[in-house]
Amino acid sequence: MRFSTLLKKPAEWMRTTGPENDIVMTSRVRLARNLVGFPFPGWAKKDDRTRVMEKVRPALEELAEMKDSFSEEMTQLTAIEKQVLVERHLISREHAAKGPGCATVMNRKQTVSVMINEEDHLRMQAIRPGLQLLAAYRSLDQIDTELEVDLPYAFDRQYGYLTACPTNLGTGMRASAMLHLPGLVLSEQINQTIQGANKIGLAVRGLYGEGTEALANLFQISNQNTLGMREEDIIAHLDRVIGQLIANEKNARMKILEDRPTMMQDQIGRAFAVLKYAHIISSKEALNHLSMIRLGCDLGFIPEEERECITVLLTEIQPAHLQISAKCKLSPEERDILRADIIRKSLIGLTPPDFGSILTNRDNDDE
Amino acid sequence: MNCDICHTEKATIFFSQMAEGKLQKVNLCKVCADDKGVTDPTGFALADMLEGMGKQTAVDTGPARNELVCGSCGFTQTDFKKTGRFGCADCYHVFDEGLDGLLEAMHKHTRHVGKAPQSFPEANDRAAASAPVSVAETNPRARLSELRQALSKSVEDEDYEEAARLRDAISRLETILGES
Repeated sequence: MRFSTLLKKPAEWMRTTGPENDIVMTSRVRLARNLVGFPFPGWAKKDDRTRVMEKVRPALEELAEMKDSFSEEMTQLTAIEKQVLVERHLISREHAAKGPGCATVMNRKQTVSVMINEEDHLRMQAIRPGLQLLAAYRSLDQIDTELEVDLPYAFDRQYGYLTACPTNLGTGMRASAMLHLPGLVLSEQINQTIQGANKIGLAVRGLYGEGTEALANLFQISNQNTLGMREEDIIAHLDRVIGQLIANEKNARMKILEDRPTMMQDQIGRAFAVLKYAHIISSKEALNHLSMIRLGCDLGFIPEEERECITVLLTEIQPAHLQISAKCKLSPEERDILRADIIRKSLIGLTPPDFGSILTNRDNDDE
Repeated sequence: MNCDICHTEKATIFFSQMAEGKLQKVNLCKVCADDKGVTDPTGFALADMLEGMGKQTAVDTGPARNELVCGSCGFTQTDFKKTGRFGCADCYHVFDEGLDGLLEAMHKHTRHVGKAPQSFPEANDRAAASAPVSVAETNPRARLSELRQALSKSVEDEDYEEAARLRDAISRLETILGES
């Protein structure tokens, strides 16, 4: 598959839905694996990295799941193409910076992607819409089991799968869910929530992983411990915590609707106005307003049909996606103009939010 | 100075504690400090963390000992302290002294119980996974680090006869493996 084909279609998770999809955008699971007899990528010389790539890439391409896959060496991709893959969560920012001996292989549906010679020889990822961590793990587990026939993995009976960084040792598994939590942000409970998750061994991060800002009220929650627990137990623990977060988020939304309905109307109404009529808009402003439109869909103020369009826009308005659609490099100012254009066009059919259902509460509003 | 946990961010929060006559230090960045609950006075136990990381961060007050080098890939202890990553799979056996403490701090466990490749059928069996393992029988480097651990224990226990025996065994094995 060529890069242009990959680009044409939004990833499958954007076009389909899964359980709890109003709050859980995606579930992702990644496994880290290394081959016996080669230094880890960060320490390996170029020749060793290339030899690893030459073993791993064909093994991946032969898998039934990866039929007609997109498979490319990092040196063959332009900076913008690599950035597009980052914006789609198909490769990491670190992998985008890699050179010779590093490659990326992914299936047509963009549900399985593998980074070769990122921090480990193999970093494979499965992504699903909604809350489906176990299903994502099962699909990846199957691929992993098929791969181990051809690729002898570095494994130790005590330490499990050996990884470059001891923080990934054991299962080599990181399971994460992308949660949309505007209710907890608006009611200022989000910091408390993040600290609570940290205390029970879970990490909460922004939209693009470690050290990134929480944009669009999106948060990634993932396991930090990889050693000493079975994969299924790690996922069950995450599932329980996410279930609780979903309940908290729903409560927070209901509480805002009851106590401060005008504030809620204002946030969603403003988002509608800006996105429909702005001609210059930054990525941050756009993402935060899109979050409010999505919340409007969840609460029934905006037609449900708009949801897919909003989900696709979250990715399409990112810098590299804009430059691919413009077919040239754009300055930040030019990007802000094109971004506003794309959003206005996409939302052309969007009708003003219908707040009928909460207007009756207005008399009690003490805001 | 970089954070002792993530090794990428600059450390901005510093803790020191005297334990067993040794000064132990932990340097953290803001993110890891928050992660570990350090900034929350109720949720943080410095002692627990030091217990886990002590061996990695103890300030060496004695004479510089011979630095360990991985025979397979040439990675050194200093490289590990600098990057927080290992050079190859064999490094896990070469540098396993103190590793359990580090893993305990990171994962609260030191032993894998999850999936194993088909070629490790015994590791797929949970019972076998929880039984003591000795890779040392087949792996001379693992044997070497086992001996080194036994040596530090015998010194701690003031069993100097045993320590002398172990010291000689270690130097014989080192000669065979071409390490020193």
